[in-house]
Amino acid sequence: MSYTFQFRDVFAAWEFILQGVAMTLYLSAVTMVLGLAIGVACAAGRLYGPKPLRVLVGVYVESIRNTPLLVQLFIIFFGLPSLGVRFDATTAAVITLAVNLGAYATEIVRAGLEAVPKAQVEAGHSLGLSGLQVFRHIVLFPALRMMYPSLASQFILLMLATSITSQIAVEDLFHVASIIQSRTFRDFEVYTVIGVLYLLLALVFRGGFALLYQLVFARR
Amino acid sequence: MALLEIDKITKRFGTNTVLDDVSLTVDAGEIIAVIGRSGSGKSTMLRCINGLEPIQGGRITVDGMQVNDKATDLRKLRQQVGIVFQSYNLFPHLSVSRNITLAPTLIKGITEAEGREIAREVLQRVGLEEKLDAYPDQLSGGQQQRVAIARSLAMRPKLMLFDEITSALDPELTGEVLKVLEDMAKSGMTMILVTHEMGFARRFGSRLVFMHEGRIREEGPAAATLAEPRTQELETFLGAVLH
Repeated sequence: MSYTFQFRDVFAAWEFILQGVAMTLYLSAVTMVLGLAIGVACAAGRLYGPKPLRVLVGVYVESIRNTPLLVQLFIIFFGLPSLGVRFDATTAAVITLAVNLGAYATEIVRAGLEAVPKAQVEAGHSLGLSGLQVFRHIVLFPALRMMYPSLASQFILLMLATSITSQIAVEDLFHVASIIQSRTFRDFEVYTVIGVLYLLLALVFRGGFALLYQLVFARR
Repeated sequence: MALLEIDKITKRFGTNTVLDDVSLTVDAGEIIAVIGRSGSGKSTMLRCINGLEPIQGGRITVDGMQVNDKATDLRKLRQQVGIVFQSYNLFPHLSVSRNITLAPTLIKGITEAEGREIAREVLQRVGLEEKLDAYPDQLSGGQQQRVAIARSLAMRPKLMLFDEITSALDPELTGEVLKVLEDMAKSGMTMILVTHEMGFARRFGSRLVFMHEGRIREEGPAAATLAEPRTQELETFLGAVLH
């Protein structure tokens, strides 16, 4: 093997790489908030809603969880314009990722809500609280604590999955890598550096989630 | 008018009839001890009284409000009827104080500070004033159950239901919970207790209700009924639990 490693050209593009990191962080953050909101709403709908709503949420969850993310992205970005619905690349990416994460979050949140003992709900009702008050004050917090580890893993998976949006030319970290590669032909160096950056991002997220858990859930 | 009127109620789970033509009238100040085997319908009857279980026939009236009526606001009714469960069911993520103040602050619109005064007062009644800021998992079973009683009392109910509240406790802890019940009995609280504590039933029960296979098989003054059961079923049951 006579290959000489040459990282200089890659590091020379550090500002460009940082822009990619920023876009990846943006996609991840916005999607996590939207996806969690979709997840809580759909989980509540699937558990407490009327039959048609429960079926509808079920169809949503299963069709998203059983098709590739790339296909979903292409339907929204390339498919919908045929129906006259047009998004720019970043918007299409956010929508796709949020809809995708929302489906997984729905199942995680549902499992968490169901794991709160029914006796807790009964105790709340017995004190004269309304259904909404029971959900808000008695069910939600213990449920969130139980679902937190699964939700955190799902969020990190999502952060890694944002790389797929480079396929519709969203300028995320992976897209940046491809461009640097095409200029320098330093495939190994570029993708290793970008891989390490994804790893660091994942570790930062993990640390952040652990800290948040300590702050919010592990009181006393 | 009686505080509680249970009039010929029927309760079924699917095809299984759990309560069959059960009637019971309770006046203010009475202490009713409900005894019977597991599966005889004791707990179900209690749960029907505050609307946790719907009934399929008959009617239940608490303080003039009909439980099984669509027009009745169950939340209003439940403010009059406290229930304490065998498994305590304290809210694990809330402090003792917040467990107690949650319902009064949300429902009666009182401030957290006023709620805390109420919490202090009801905790005093169960002898746990110093646990105001503890969390449920820092308490023993007996202490948790006493907090659960205090939580119910904070809503100032007219009727208290106790569903085998000492069954998960060892004799020593049972003693401290029974002491609280004694004090409540002396203060004139109307109480219905599903219990296996025959000694307590004998001393404080104004009436004894013996349930058997979903029906009230025998009913009468507590001490006399326990001393001289009229039915073979009660005699057999007492023979089994007292030895």
